[in-house]
Amino acid sequence: MTAAVVRPDGATAVARARAVLAGVPDPEIPVISVLDLGIVRDVVADEDGTVRVAVSPTYSGCPATAVIRADIKAALEAAGFGKVLVRDVLSPPWTTDWISAEGRRKLAEYGIVPPPAPAGGGCARPGSETGVACPRCGSLDTEVLSEFGSTPCKALHRCRACREPFDRFKCI
Amino acid sequence: MNAAAGNSDAPQGDSRLRYVLRIADTSLVLAQRLGAWVGHAPAIEEDLGLANTALDLLGQARLFLSYAGELEGRGRSEDDLAFLRDEPDILNATLAEMPNGDFGDTIVRQFLVDAYQVELYERLAASTDARLAEIAAKAVKEARYHVRYSASWLVRLGDGTDESHARVQSSLDRLWPYTQEFFDADEVDRAAAADGAGPDLAELRAAWSSRVDAVLAEATLARPRDLAYRWYGKQGRHSEHLGHLLSEMQYLQRSHPGAGW
Repeated sequence: MTAAVVRPDGATAVARARAVLAGVPDPEIPVISVLDLGIVRDVVADEDGTVRVAVSPTYSGCPATAVIRADIKAALEAAGFGKVLVRDVLSPPWTTDWISAEGRRKLAEYGIVPPPAPAGGGCARPGSETGVACPRCGSLDTEVLSEFGSTPCKALHRCRACREPFDRFKCI
Repeated sequence: MNAAAGNSDAPQGDSRLRYVLRIADTSLVLAQRLGAWVGHAPAIEEDLGLANTALDLLGQARLFLSYAGELEGRGRSEDDLAFLRDEPDILNATLAEMPNGDFGDTIVRQFLVDAYQVELYERLAASTDARLAEIAAKAVKEARYHVRYSASWLVRLGDGTDESHARVQSSLDRLWPYTQEFFDADEVDRAAAADGAGPDLAELRAAWSSRVDAVLAEATLARPRDLAYRWYGKQGRHSEHLGHLLSEMQYLQRSHPGAGW
């Protein structure tokens, strides 16, 4: 993180901008914010009042990427930031390990199985995608219906116990 | 088919540019092919699988094409490069433009390209070309998902019924000859390898082969023999299929230049 804060209230401006971003929802999974999703890599406030936000795309072709960029810009402008610059950062590539604990909780509550927490080895842990518990009944007797779900970031599973299908956030 | 590899408008001078366009165009053309499955796949899961793969490939193509536009330095955007280049200037591997055929044809084509892209991107992630490296580091994560999907279908079809086995073996026999192009190094590939920008193609071929052989064995499919004949889509010399694909893909920008939404 390069906090190129020059003016005395720069830190405040960054904190204020982050608070705004905490209220910008992911357009496809609106229960989590762009901060929860871990795609905001950097927020910098310049001395002239410009705020610069660096964002990592989740998937190369995720159609939400352009919407997210526009939403971030609009939200910060609405909050009174004069000039907002949003840039993409590809490297290092985004990983589901960057989804916050709060984001994981919100996903689970919404009925989407979150990726495993990085503390337990995250997506790198072998078998991290098997033994997925049904978010409705908790049964571990579940199967993959499709590696690809309704959005690029999700896979579709089914619980053999309660027979309900459910989404899982893919490890990447 | 045009005999000449490129015309006066083709960026012949810059080897790196051509190298990047090859990678970009293979993803672009395959994405367009896969997009045609939407609403037509055997089941909704396959519709989603193929569409999601198409989306990832299109995203990769956009990143590589944007970089190509910068290398070219003539102010052409990713859209200009995707929609306003003609056949001889499109440098995809010929396999990517092969028609969708039946679901088995599509799965075989997909698996052969997926296996190639996983190995290629893994190596490009360590490229001395920083832009190639960062795009590839992102793309390889997606390619690993793609190959998991296509390989699992190849096994189900190959090791399935007599009918599915026979049909997918015939798809493999027909499409296999186009894979030779991946590993047939020309001056563009050699220049990239010499700079450390791209992998050595002999080494890439060995890695691809062992990945492919393992899946073919599980799928009870016979590996076809390599033919001496080579296709050179990567030099702008295509099969008869690419022109038809482009006429559809580029129609809007050709008929309504600059249209947007």
